[in-house]
Amino acid sequence: MLDGIGFLSLTIWVPIVAGLLVLATGSDDRNADGPRTLALIGAVLGFLVAVPLWTGFDVTTSAMQFQELAPWIPAFNIWYHLGVDGISMPFILLNSFTTILVVIAGWKVIKSRVAQYMAAFLIQSGLINGVFAGLDGILFYVFFEAMLIPLYLIIGMWGGPNRVYAAIKFFLYTLLGSLLMLIALIYLFFASGGSFEILEWQRVGLTMAAQLFLFVAFFFAFAVKVPMWPVHTWLPDAHVEAPTGGSVVLAAITLKVGAYGFLRFTLPIVPDATHQLTWLIVAFSLIAVVYIGLVALVQSDMKKLIAYSSIAHMGFVTLGFMLFSALGIEGGLVQMISHGFVSAALFLCIGVMYDRVHSRQIADYGGVVNTMPKFAALFMLFAMANSGLPGTSGFVGEFMVVLGAVKVNFWWAAAAALTLIFGAGYTLWMYKRVIFGKIANDHVAALKDIDGREFLVLGLLAVAVLAMGLYPLPVTNVMHVSVNNLLEHVAHSKLIP
Amino acid sequence: MTPPSSDFVTALPELSLLAVASVVLLVEAYNQSKAAAYLLTLFGLLLTGGLVVLTGSGVPTLAFNGLYVDDPMGEVLKLMTCLAAIVAVIYSRQFLDDRKMLSGDYLGLLLFAVLGMLVMISADHFLSLYLGLELLSLALYAMVAMERNSVRASEAAMKYFVLGALASGLLLYGMSLLYGLTGSLDLVNISNALHTGVKSEVVLVFGLVFIVAGLGFKLGAAPFHMWAPDVYHGAPAAVTLFVGSAPKLAAFAFAMRLLENGLQPAHDDWQQMLAVMAVASLAIGNLAAIMQTNIKRMLAYSTISHMGFLLLGMMTGSLAGYSSAMFYAVTYVLMSLGGFGMVTYLSRAGVEAENLDDFRGLNARHPWLAAVMAMVMLSMAGLPPFVGFYAKLLVLQALIGAGWIVLAVTAVIFSLIGAFYYLRVVKLMYFDEPGVEVCPVSHAGDAAILLAVNGVAILVLGILPQSLMTVCALSVQMSLR
Repeated sequence: MLDGIGFLSLTIWVPIVAGLLVLATGSDDRNADGPRTLALIGAVLGFLVAVPLWTGFDVTTSAMQFQELAPWIPAFNIWYHLGVDGISMPFILLNSFTTILVVIAGWKVIKSRVAQYMAAFLIQSGLINGVFAGLDGILFYVFFEAMLIPLYLIIGMWGGPNRVYAAIKFFLYTLLGSLLMLIALIYLFFASGGSFEILEWQRVGLTMAAQLFLFVAFFFAFAVKVPMWPVHTWLPDAHVEAPTGGSVVLAAITLKVGAYGFLRFTLPIVPDATHQLTWLIVAFSLIAVVYIGLVALVQSDMKKLIAYSSIAHMGFVTLGFMLFSALGIEGGLVQMISHGFVSAALFLCIGVMYDRVHSRQIADYGGVVNTMPKFAALFMLFAMANSGLPGTSGFVGEFMVVLGAVKVNFWWAAAAALTLIFGAGYTLWMYKRVIFGKIANDHVAALKDIDGREFLVLGLLAVAVLAMGLYPLPVTNVMHVSVNNLLEHVAHSKLIP
Repeated sequence: MTPPSSDFVTALPELSLLAVASVVLLVEAYNQSKAAAYLLTLFGLLLTGGLVVLTGSGVPTLAFNGLYVDDPMGEVLKLMTCLAAIVAVIYSRQFLDDRKMLSGDYLGLLLFAVLGMLVMISADHFLSLYLGLELLSLALYAMVAMERNSVRASEAAMKYFVLGALASGLLLYGMSLLYGLTGSLDLVNISNALHTGVKSEVVLVFGLVFIVAGLGFKLGAAPFHMWAPDVYHGAPAAVTLFVGSAPKLAAFAFAMRLLENGLQPAHDDWQQMLAVMAVASLAIGNLAAIMQTNIKRMLAYSTISHMGFLLLGMMTGSLAGYSSAMFYAVTYVLMSLGGFGMVTYLSRAGVEAENLDDFRGLNARHPWLAAVMAMVMLSMAGLPPFVGFYAKLLVLQALIGAGWIVLAVTAVIFSLIGAFYYLRVVKLMYFDEPGVEVCPVSHAGDAAILLAVNGVAILVLGILPQSLMTVCALSVQMSLR
């Protein structure tokens, strides 16, 4: 490989450079195949440079791997420090993989400003890889906030009728959280004696007051991103208005950034405050699981339904983290990856129908199976995965979290298990109304089944969902040592008087 | 006592600029070509910048019996001032030409304003400080009123002049009180006198209040900000571009000279005043900007909020705080040049692209210009990876390092509010379809290229901010007394 440049740098900069190239070459929408092809090449290259992270990963150590260290702003001790462990590495792969899907999914659908669309996704992909790989607080923050910009443009430029409101709401909501986190990062800089190293912060002793302050600041940043109840309201708006690709990236990747932040910052840096406020996060998570599950049940817009379902599923993830056991945290992580596949697939399925009928209302469909049998079969698989059917990836994570929860508190587990019922309820009921029954109207009667391109995208996701459902061991193997290391950090009190 | 000849060498940049400014005033009388005055102006500014670099010694040098000081911080600021003025002149060439304003008078005034800034930056004495300030202010009043037939511009100039005169009065009164207290107009002597203790704390605080109020006016910080929106709005775009950029560097130097060089021993007294002004500026600037439909007014309020941030850095009274404020001033000038430069560039003969709606759908027509403007706006909002983020980061770091966490939280909450109106500009350019009235872009290739460079500089300095940060931190460190 290139000398001196590591794979992590490549996963960040290959998509960004590809995005800039696409932006530079394509300005003409009539001749957009060039930018499209270039974007696909960039996305595939971005995935290829991420593959060695998986194949070369050492599962026996919890240390950071593929580390890169270079001075960036020495005056303030800020370093270009990259590295991954078992917690962050899978998400870089997930992100790079999703980027390919998004590029293919937008191939024909996006007709205006194609080059800008493709470039936004590629740049976004690189920035998100940076979030997962950054080990310097400021480097992390720069990627964390910069990734808002492409998504803001994606929602606002190619979104639905109410896109401006949704884009600005999304941006301001997430900015509120991240600005408070910036203060926390600077505070930690001084508390640790002048270091922005995240790993260094995990060893710093802090008073309870400082821990609580930092906890609140981090909580704002990450809870908004996850999003946790009650700061979730931006998500349904953003999902409904975003183009299909935007929804996919939003659900599959950016929500994971919030949950990742809990594991990288909140738990290891302020463990005592976290223990003290576990009840709060658990309460929010359970409300998300139960209440948002009920909210999802009554949605008439398919995208909104899946958006609420995302919030409920992410509630499961944060609940898993707060169990402070390997089972809970690994369950949460598996659930995150699984949700990355499943929610992406569901949004793509809705996109497939929307491209044909231009409606997302459940009431406008019915009997789709008669005209789109192949599509209906794939959609069925993803709907089942979303409701947590054993054999699909959706089951593994939920089962692990419920199992972990029973050990801690039976009633938490009981409430969490409700999601299996609600999830099945709202997903399958929606599926039934849309797919089965008589052909509802002329639009449905005129539907054409999915073409090769759409089949490829959904097929890839179907394989991923089944593979993770049937044999999740490789994924949990990668995480295991890192999660145990994290638990050690969480178990040690960092309290100083 | 240094011989006078070496004093003149130390002040060579100012002297040469004075010479060029005088020639520019006269050149039109003998040469009808507009280009001569324009090129001579650029040459004069380049020459001055070059001389600043050449005569720079790296150690503070006093000249003219302590009226004048040449130190690294001053040199960096002077160089930046000259560069900013060059950029502003190039941006505004087409605009001025369209309006028949590209004359020796205008450019001469501009050069005198720059001269005033240089004097302010190098002043080490109440007299020279005031002299520089008035030279700058009087030139700016005239420049604002340059468009004689415009009622709005005349009104703006009037307002600027009256309020500016009032502020100068306040400042002079404060200075005279301090003179009475310490017996000197020399900042070094004042600092020493304050250090050894003064007879009356009341007079000191009284004098400080007047000085800080005058300073607040010149910076455009709340509650002395009233003139800014009207002047920015009323003045021709090219003048707004100039008023809103380079003088902020001089204002920062002015604050440094007064507060750090002269009144550092009274730090506890002025700290609170600055804190109040900073928070008021952040609040008023950010909240009022949301309501604006005119981009010049919006940017004026945004300037007020940026000055609030700058004051927060100054307020800490530490090296980190001062260098963060300097970094903030330099990056702010870079961004405001881009923002006002775009407004100037998009204006055409007779009409100014000053309403926010004029930016509607810019991306569809001119993606590159829209990208530059978007970078400027996002940078002003303080988003990474643009340079504005690091400016805010350094100020927040200085604040938290000095233990002012509550102020830091206040500052970020207001910058969150501020993000809204910057995002609205991005929204107009990218999300909306172009309206019927789209400004045709005038064909000023030089300005277009420079705008692109300006935008790229905001991005590149955002990815690699190290060099500029070091320059600011080192130059402040070497100039502290």
